[in-house]
Amino acid sequence: MKKLPSTLTYMTLSLGVITIVAGALLAWVHEITAAPIEEAAQRKQVEAIRAVLPEFDNDPTAQQVTWTPPSGSEPFTIFPAYKGDVFAGAAVEGYSLNGFSGEVRIMYGFDAEGDITGYEVLSHAETPGLGAKMDEWFRMDIGHRSVIGKNPAETSMYVTKDPGGEIDAITAATISSRAFLATLRECYDAFKYYKTEKTVSHE
Amino acid sequence: MITYISIIITAIFVNNIVFAQFLGICPFLGVSKKLSSAAGMGAAVTFVMALATCVTWLLQKYVLDVFGLGYMQTILFILVIAALVQMLEIILKKIAPALYSALGVFLPLITTNCAVLGVAILVIQKGFSLGESLVYSVATALGFTLALVLFAGIRERLALTEVPAAMRGVPIALICAGLLAMAFMGFAGISIG
Amino acid sequence: MNKLRIIYNGLITENPTFVLLLGMCPTLGTTGSAITGLSMGLATSGVLVCSNAAISGIKNMVPDKVRIPAYIVVIATFVTLLQMFMQAYLPSLNESLGIFIPLIVVNCILLGRAEAYASRRSVIDSVFDGIGIGCGFTVALTMLGSIRELLGTGTVFGARIFPETYGSLLFVLAPGAFIALGFLIAIINHVRNRKQS
Repeated sequence: MKKLPSTLTYMTLSLGVITIVAGALLAWVHEITAAPIEEAAQRKQVEAIRAVLPEFDNDPTAQQVTWTPPSGSEPFTIFPAYKGDVFAGAAVEGYSLNGFSGEVRIMYGFDAEGDITGYEVLSHAETPGLGAKMDEWFRMDIGHRSVIGKNPAETSMYVTKDPGGEIDAITAATISSRAFLATLRECYDAFKYYKTEKTVSHE
Repeated sequence: MITYISIIITAIFVNNIVFAQFLGICPFLGVSKKLSSAAGMGAAVTFVMALATCVTWLLQKYVLDVFGLGYMQTILFILVIAALVQMLEIILKKIAPALYSALGVFLPLITTNCAVLGVAILVIQKGFSLGESLVYSVATALGFTLALVLFAGIRERLALTEVPAAMRGVPIALICAGLLAMAFMGFAGISIG
Repeated sequence: MNKLRIIYNGLITENPTFVLLLGMCPTLGTTGSAITGLSMGLATSGVLVCSNAAISGIKNMVPDKVRIPAYIVVIATFVTLLQMFMQAYLPSLNESLGIFIPLIVVNCILLGRAEAYASRRSVIDSVFDGIGIGCGFTVALTMLGSIRELLGTGTVFGARIFPETYGSLLFVLAPGAFIALGFLIAIINHVRNRKQS
């Protein structure tokens, strides 16, 4: 086959056909992958909720409530947990824009008293090897690193460098640590808001 | 206002597109041998990046989001950038020949400058408003220009020094870029507002 | 031309990273660890093989003047396909490579091979060229990723070689990327200079 000449008709035709084929192909694959993509995102959320919360038997995703922090425009999401009819705690997905390099998204779990039961770092862009360590650091039982089992109402959730702070910052990553703890404090506020105003009694 | 200042400082110094985000490395290494061409490239990139980011932001908001065509993002954005660059070349040639002769040679290189497409996608991912996107894109481009001009200054001197044969050219340039990146790490952690 | 020869050419003689110095952004940006480097190399290779084949297949249907936009559409289509499959089936890998996945579109290696090779040769040869260049890119990224991971944290592919405290974090950070690549290219230049003389 000879190469098509560069006349306007051929140029439009060839580009048009290529674009249409490409568009159709993408639309088709989009149809196929849309469900798995959705599922993958949801699975991640459900897994995180399970990981941070104590036992529960309701569907926290179905009962989710949003709460907007005073510092941000995008709301935090609260996933309440109930065991039987009793409020068992909540997982709160929050974020901070003051990470070392942008947004940090974390989910914290609180039991009914507000004690921290766990956390999962959902996404971050922190420096590998430094800020990225937040995934493990704040659950290590060394010095004052761990936040697990502590209650933000009793422990001052600031890094020890800051006045009154009671949590050790990650070595050489104070900013990431501050962002982590700031998110924690705001998530705790969200938790308190839910506990005082939104808890539903299952009667 | 604070948000804008914070975006500007972050984009130029803290998260410099070349030294911290590794975008636009090809022109950074390719067009940094002379100060004058580095400045020209910087100006051309600033112009295209600001324009492209605004256009793609509007397209995302009023076409892709509305019709649920998010998956066409990559293909649409790169076509828009390619078309914009082409149009800009034609328009500049017609109405501002002086500017064209200054920037013209750099324009075709910009289509494949991943910084332009990168910024267009990043502002969508970050959920910036149109104003924030514009400020972010201009600031990022200024950061790119700063990196390019600084590096060109170093390379002009480097050309005059004795370097081991195997190190000549790109290797020593990369190592100098590494040292510059280290200097830029000093800006890290500046937080405003 | 011998098929093995084409692959050897892409892997060694015209290695896209070390010899042609193309695709520098992902080379520096995704080599913080061996595994991300390898994944990025494989992702790019996959797109390259597909786009080379497709472009070679349609080369006679595309008039010369619009060939660049046509190639861009083809490449962007494959990149988007890759993006969707990764989001669906490898979400965590997709997240760690982040923006560098859509940016495969502007990787000069792809458009460069389309122009220099696929638009002139048969489909089969173009596929082999894609495999060769893809391997060259993957090997380069994996090498750089392993070196940075080893020097930075003392591990390669997560396997510990020496204690973490001996590692110099600098190599995982941005400056280390430039410096490690600079030395790697210098070593390769040195070997090639030796061979020639």
